[in-house]
Amino acid sequence: MTFEKVVFYLFATILVLAAVRVITARNPVHAALFLVLAFFSSSALWILIEAEFLAITLVLVYVGAVMVLFLFVVMMLNINIDVMREGFIKYLPIGVAVAIISAIEMGIVITGNFGADKSPALVRKPADYSNTEAIGQVLYTEYLFAFEVAAVLLLVAIVAAIALTMRKRPNTRYQNPSSQVVVRKEDRLRVVKMDVEDKQS
Amino acid sequence: MMEMLIDLGFVLLKVFAIIIPLMLGVAYLTYAERKLIGYMQIRVGPNRVGPKGWLQPIADALKLLMKEIVIPTNANKFLFVIAPMLSIGPSLAAWAVVPFSEGLVLSNIDASLLYVLAMTSLGVYGVIVAGWASNSKYAFLGAMRSAAQIVAYEIAMGFALVGVLMAAHSINLYEIVMQQSGGIWHWYWMPLLPLFLVYFISGVAETNRAPFDVAEGESEIVAGFHVEYSGMTFAVFFLAEYANIILISVLTALMFMGGWLSPFQGIPLLESTFLAAPSFIWFLAKSAFFAFLFLWFRATFPRYRYDQIMRLGWKVFIPITIIWILVLGVVIAAKVSYVTLGLATVGIAGAYILFNKLQTVSRSK
Repeated sequence: MTFEKVVFYLFATILVLAAVRVITARNPVHAALFLVLAFFSSSALWILIEAEFLAITLVLVYVGAVMVLFLFVVMMLNINIDVMREGFIKYLPIGVAVAIISAIEMGIVITGNFGADKSPALVRKPADYSNTEAIGQVLYTEYLFAFEVAAVLLLVAIVAAIALTMRKRPNTRYQNPSSQVVVRKEDRLRVVKMDVEDKQS
Repeated sequence: MMEMLIDLGFVLLKVFAIIIPLMLGVAYLTYAERKLIGYMQIRVGPNRVGPKGWLQPIADALKLLMKEIVIPTNANKFLFVIAPMLSIGPSLAAWAVVPFSEGLVLSNIDASLLYVLAMTSLGVYGVIVAGWASNSKYAFLGAMRSAAQIVAYEIAMGFALVGVLMAAHSINLYEIVMQQSGGIWHWYWMPLLPLFLVYFISGVAETNRAPFDVAEGESEIVAGFHVEYSGMTFAVFFLAEYANIILISVLTALMFMGGWLSPFQGIPLLESTFLAAPSFIWFLAKSAFFAFLFLWFRATFPRYRYDQIMRLGWKVFIPITIIWILVLGVVIAAKVSYVTLGLATVGIAGAYILFNKLQTVSRSK
């Protein structure tokens, strides 16, 4: 077994174990941290197939930003696990149906056009081959329209998320920094001249 | 198999050649910090252990090694112990791609700038996990503050780096430095002045240093996320923080200050002297200057209010970087040289500061 294979099986094992723990861990914070581990291992696998741009972006976007926010929310919520387990039997049929559908879909993909013999053999590129440049080339020429549509979709999602949570509450208090900055001493402070009080004897 | 082991041995040796000086640098950065802030506050600073206090960091490290590691009741033991390692791991891993001088780099990978950005964004996990696993309200508050702050400044930092890679047409740190060759007016701090400032200030915020140290906030939440940590586990957090400071200083020097290039390059009279030659010493001097700025900030500025930190990150820095990326795009498309853009930027900024100064002087009269 070559060194590469050892590394592959190591990270693949970690990935599968972590993914299983994501759905079996009782504590939601643990589940989120296992998801981080799963992302990290899969990025290591991407590095193995020399897709370093995608691997680093996976770590940067999902591990560095998305999962941080996830953890932030999960930690703040203080989820009561007992309440979440109550509807287990009630939702079981729907869950099983979704599981069967996704299992069938995965089966179609894997048995259909996936596998070492179905796709062209991977070519080892020379060391100075830039993965990033290649992705940039196709992204901004061939797939420009799809790329722009995706960008607009994300923008809409951002605006929608803000619009959903921005309610005008009557007693919201906030500061206006620009008016704070222009404040002068004369606006706030009044020096009062007073007569001297009677001396206490 | 044998060859591979020898290769691995060599790589390990190189790793140690980076980590040992880095750890020494961290130790003496803490000493420099205490001395410098001492002098700035008209004190002497540590001067008891060894000649002039030179052995103080060693004594501190020994003390922390000997102390007991206390694990709080009901804390999550595994996460509690692993959190400091999550903190120091990424801050050391980022050094793998940092070029120190011409040809002096452990791993010259193509996407090294992205790799560094990814690694620095991972450091927040140590803080969050530590705060959550400690089973302490103060620690948890610190972790929450830190998470929100780092996500906010990560974006501004990333956009600042987009400007750098647009200017250099490369995401390789070595290539970025080489693109800046040709004297101090070719370095990117001039054409990318706003991005340079945003990057460095975001770096200060990202490392949780004063004036952005709300995650620790000694006067508000005791010591923030590491309030429950003692002994070696605390020392590891400490190491990670200072390793990150050095990393940010080094990256600023590489991306905006021409790395190991000499500022006298391209000046007719000095061209042939040793002053104009690129060398490791320039790199060291520039990095040391930025590390000094970190300490200077801590002695100078009071801590930011939390809502002001958020406002600065989201409403000031991100718009600035987006505008400057647009300006840079226009400049590149119009084929204007970076030197022209740099002179214009620095000229406008200088004129603005001078105008403001004159105005305040005339007002006070």
